[in-house]
Amino acid sequence: MNRFDRRRILARRRFLDNCSGGLGAAALAHLLGTEGRTAAVARDANPLAVKQPHFAPRARNAILIYQSGAPSQLDMFDPKPALAKWSGQSLPESLTKDLKLAFIKPNAKIMPSARTFRHYGRSGMEFSDWVPHLGGCADDICMIRTMHTEAFNHDPGALLLSTGVTQFGRPSFGSWVAYGLGSESRDLPGFVVLGSGKGPNAGSNIWSNGFLPSVYQGTRFRSVGDPILYVSNPGGINDELQRARLDTIRDLNEHRFQKTGDMEIAARIASYELAFRMQIAVPRLLDFSKEPRHVLDSYGIGEEPAHAYASNCLLARRMVEQGVRFVMLTNGDWDDHKELDKGHTKNCQIVDKPTAALVQDLKQRGLLDSTLVIWASEFGRTPMAQMDRQDEAPGRDHHPDCFSMWLAGGGIAGGRVVGRTDEIGLKPVEDKVHVHDLQATLLHCLGFDHEKLTYRHQGRDFRLTDVGGQVAEKLLA
Amino acid sequence: MQGLRLDRGMEALKGSYAGPVIVPGDSAGSKLIQMVAGALDGKVMPPTGQALTPDEIGLLRTWIDHGAEWPSSDGGAEGSDAPQPSHWAFRPVAISSAPAVRDSAWPSNPIDRFVLARLEREGVGPSPEASRPTLIRRLSLDLTGLPPTAREVEAFVEDSRPNAYQDLVDRLLESPHYAEKWARFWLDLARYADSDGFRGDNFRPHAWRYRHWVIQAFDRDMPFDQFTIEQIAGDILPNRTADQHVATGFHRNTPTNTEGGSDPEEWRFEQVVNRTNTVGTVWLALTVGCAQCHDHKYDSLTQAEYYRLFAFFNNLEEVDIDAPLPGERGPYLAALPAYQRQRRELLEEHEVFERKPPWEEKVLWAAAHPGESAEWDVTFDELRTYVNLGERIIRTPPERRSVRHEKALTDFFVREYGRVLSKGEYDRLGYSELSKSLAELDRSLPRFGEAQAVHPEERPRQTHVYLGGSYKAPGIPVDPGLPAWLPAASRSNGLTRIDLANWLVSPENPLTPRVAANRVWQELFGRGLVPSSENFGSQGDKPSHPELLDWLASQFVRQGWSWKRLIKTVVMSSTYRQSSHIRADLETRDPDNALLARQARLRLPAELIRDSSLAVSGLIDTRIGGRSVRPPQPEGARRMGSSDDGGWKVSEGPERYRRGMYIQYQRMAPYPLLSTFDMPDTYEPACRRGRSNTPLQALNLLNDPVFLEAAQALAARAVTEFEGDLGRRLRQLFRLCLARDPESSEMDSLQTSWESQRAILERHPDAVEQLFAVEIPGVDRLDGATWVTLGSAILNLDEFLTRE
Repeated sequence: MNRFDRRRILARRRFLDNCSGGLGAAALAHLLGTEGRTAAVARDANPLAVKQPHFAPRARNAILIYQSGAPSQLDMFDPKPALAKWSGQSLPESLTKDLKLAFIKPNAKIMPSARTFRHYGRSGMEFSDWVPHLGGCADDICMIRTMHTEAFNHDPGALLLSTGVTQFGRPSFGSWVAYGLGSESRDLPGFVVLGSGKGPNAGSNIWSNGFLPSVYQGTRFRSVGDPILYVSNPGGINDELQRARLDTIRDLNEHRFQKTGDMEIAARIASYELAFRMQIAVPRLLDFSKEPRHVLDSYGIGEEPAHAYASNCLLARRMVEQGVRFVMLTNGDWDDHKELDKGHTKNCQIVDKPTAALVQDLKQRGLLDSTLVIWASEFGRTPMAQMDRQDEAPGRDHHPDCFSMWLAGGGIAGGRVVGRTDEIGLKPVEDKVHVHDLQATLLHCLGFDHEKLTYRHQGRDFRLTDVGGQVAEKLLA
Repeated sequence: MQGLRLDRGMEALKGSYAGPVIVPGDSAGSKLIQMVAGALDGKVMPPTGQALTPDEIGLLRTWIDHGAEWPSSDGGAEGSDAPQPSHWAFRPVAISSAPAVRDSAWPSNPIDRFVLARLEREGVGPSPEASRPTLIRRLSLDLTGLPPTAREVEAFVEDSRPNAYQDLVDRLLESPHYAEKWARFWLDLARYADSDGFRGDNFRPHAWRYRHWVIQAFDRDMPFDQFTIEQIAGDILPNRTADQHVATGFHRNTPTNTEGGSDPEEWRFEQVVNRTNTVGTVWLALTVGCAQCHDHKYDSLTQAEYYRLFAFFNNLEEVDIDAPLPGERGPYLAALPAYQRQRRELLEEHEVFERKPPWEEKVLWAAAHPGESAEWDVTFDELRTYVNLGERIIRTPPERRSVRHEKALTDFFVREYGRVLSKGEYDRLGYSELSKSLAELDRSLPRFGEAQAVHPEERPRQTHVYLGGSYKAPGIPVDPGLPAWLPAASRSNGLTRIDLANWLVSPENPLTPRVAANRVWQELFGRGLVPSSENFGSQGDKPSHPELLDWLASQFVRQGWSWKRLIKTVVMSSTYRQSSHIRADLETRDPDNALLARQARLRLPAELIRDSSLAVSGLIDTRIGGRSVRPPQPEGARRMGSSDDGGWKVSEGPERYRRGMYIQYQRMAPYPLLSTFDMPDTYEPACRRGRSNTPLQALNLLNDPVFLEAAQALAARAVTEFEGDLGRRLRQLFRLCLARDPESSEMDSLQTSWESQRAILERHPDAVEQLFAVEIPGVDRLDGATWVTLGSAILNLDEFLTRE
């Protein structure tokens, strides 16, 4: 132990001694964080301390996979052989009068899917030949074919899905969960965002804390440069110097804390120490060298075009293991108004294997029971073709009235298909599930009554499900 | 059936927001009968309780068929909207004199008597005055947003004249930086941003002109009534100036969705909602937006009243106006003829004049025949989405279009023509190159300032109550008007935005001055006398010191709505000058400091954290106003959203070190420092900023090269400007950053830190090389590097980030 270390420990002890009564007790607890001795007091001071939900939860963690841009459910999850029968025809007006369409007109022509579908697993759930690996998870998946939403543009749709309203400014799903449950990780944020492909629709607003305190904001792990913004030391500062800087900062902050008695200083000391632990933890998290080869291969690490997305899937599992409460994966873009065949072929090559590997890996490790996995998008795509130019291959337009999402793990019924859609996938026929219903159900799995997880802002209690939402019992195990 | 009341004659006959339910003389055509008979949407009214018997329904029918006469004695007259004077915020501002207090020595002005009277009632004494260094740092940050220089601190500490404090206040209020600091206060409310938001998030090249206008207004201490009127209705003031028109840029700060395929009317509607709610929040602190979909649950605002307010803003057209800055007109006009000639030649060469008219005809045809041709449908949709007023322009005959509009349409034509031509022909015409040449030609033209503004629509549209808040469900028509329960709101017809603005600042309206005074208090104490500064309605907080709030509000109006005088009054008080140290005796009794028995320690806002680092290191560029700047960002930070930020071409030279308030604000991908330190998201007015405390902030300040660069500049100052032995130099560093001398225990920490950091650096010459790369004669580079690391630690101290 060098002179400096001794000096630092003395300073810390002196600081803590001075804090041992009255005003300082909470600060002490805060500094000690989850080290345990005074956890009850620490809870008052630390906004990310672990909190109990309304009732016993089925899931303790969630991985929300946001496939940005709207994948085509008709070519992946919801087979509609009847489309072939109507191919090239317009829908009768009686069916189209209420349709909200972004680009095409109601008289656009029906386009059958070029995919072939197969039954998988004991449940016999159907998946197309674009997503055979997902088919391998059929008995863990609950497929909802009758999702519907209010927005038919990307940003409003992405906002409704992640914040419950089509406008900006509300807290995101992950922020609500971090607010409600706190974080179990000592050295990682409670709500993490991983992205691949083009930036997601509605940008950082889909992991925004809105009007909740900003500690509940999603922390974006980036694929370019530092994984977390500024997590690396700047040029010239090595780890030893970084620690030395932090010691100076802590020492002087402690002096000021004693002088002013302001708890914010104690909280700032804790923030700096957590930042330093993150600097150590993050590179370890990203270091896959200790993962066995077969695990890496199952995800498709190192295989293009899947590598970036596959890495995020593996990271998501590693984060859940480390106690990160909520992981949001964003990937895209699926918005194939034209050349859908080409675009979706590539996107499915990216997502099929890694997503399936994530579900299976969680299961093998016994984590799937307590982890909700959600495959989501802002809406689906139309049974009609979009063809803006005669010399381009067709695509499909936005379809908010009827589309598919799936869930797995944490209290969800595997091997079940919920909802029936009409012959051509235009409208739900049975068991409609609104985005708010989905949100209510997911919060239910995490132990919350969605009507009671509220925050008062501008004189009103706000919640994720805005003014709607009913738990969809059929999704639950 | 929203808005329907059957217990009052007038209202029963008016009907619901969807229209009348009783048609006198025609029971078969009366919805009321269908409702009670269950013949409307299969629902039987009333929804609870017993349904009406056939006999009762028969009676109703007969009554309607006989003319539906309501007995005149009962509620038939106008005036059924009961005013609501009982709520404190709507009562007139009470002019009371400051109360008597026992300790007559403490108060410096009436504010203190209001505060002290309460403290004496509670048996609590005020805190002692803060130290002189704390006072000058507090005042400098509060009034100008910049820390004091070492020399300013020294001068003030040594100035023992009784007027020293007041002189300092006056000097800071006259500083040009006062306007920057308080403009930023207003820009939060005005939801200022440099981009559209949403999927395109297009950069708004002219947005800064509004910011510039706000800075100038604060610089001239423009009275708040005038400031209000110009922003709300500057475009329609008689004999308006160009500047007054620029002020209406306030209404242009709404987010805009230009996503392909969106319905322009939907987003126009959303913008009107945003504007209505903004005025409600900013001037009245009322959550009027609650009544967009239904009658307000807690306050008296009905949905119909909401849409009467909405109607004031429902006929605004967005327009970019010529607003040349001094010196721009001459060079522009000189270059214009050559520019026009070249543009004409380019267009001629590429057959634009022949090909555009038939193209226009086809677009208009597609507008009239949707669904018949996908290519032309898309062209028309894109025109509506991407060209401001695109649809209106193409529907105007060419000879009646303005030069600006014709140009916008032509540029769009060149870009879009490929959609309806074969690739071969489009390539042969060379339109992609033409598009580039035209853009290049535009860039060669000398700058001619423009500004975002609004003006009234040519053909005003009728406003309705929109059922359930949906633009697709118009109910009964309504005209512009003010809620009747607001004090002295005029009920006359034909009201304009000028009338609205005049009413906002009229002597009869107690809300505007109360709300404004409360915001100033919040800015200077971290918490308003009404903590819910965004909500003065019945669900908001009650004022902690109602008489003081009214006294401030009446002072504000009496002193000619002068922000500066109001601010001066507050900062001259003893209440403001108290120490901000936490008091153990009040820790549990008054944790929020509602009694004001001390000042508050407040973490600085994002921009001021940057400004402080740049200021103490000497890097700061203190020029006032002007365009937005783009400091360097880490690679990939911008890609978090799909944001068109104009390529984020990093500003060069001193521009890189301009104050934080000038950093280009992209709604979809804000500059990281800004969002990490709680800059509001600018979608709606922000009345209170968060002051969070997170590890990401620590990483930002520790590791962002911008802050290390500031530490390097600070080190350069240390080795060239500081004098004396190490102890004296450490003292100077501390004083430069924190405006005070270190205490002896802090001196020990500084000394130890210096030694240990220097010892580490001694073992790492490569680090020294990187941290202190300059050769200065007579300066040991190891020392230089130590100043960098130690200086950077000081720039991270809680105290440095906090206004005490």
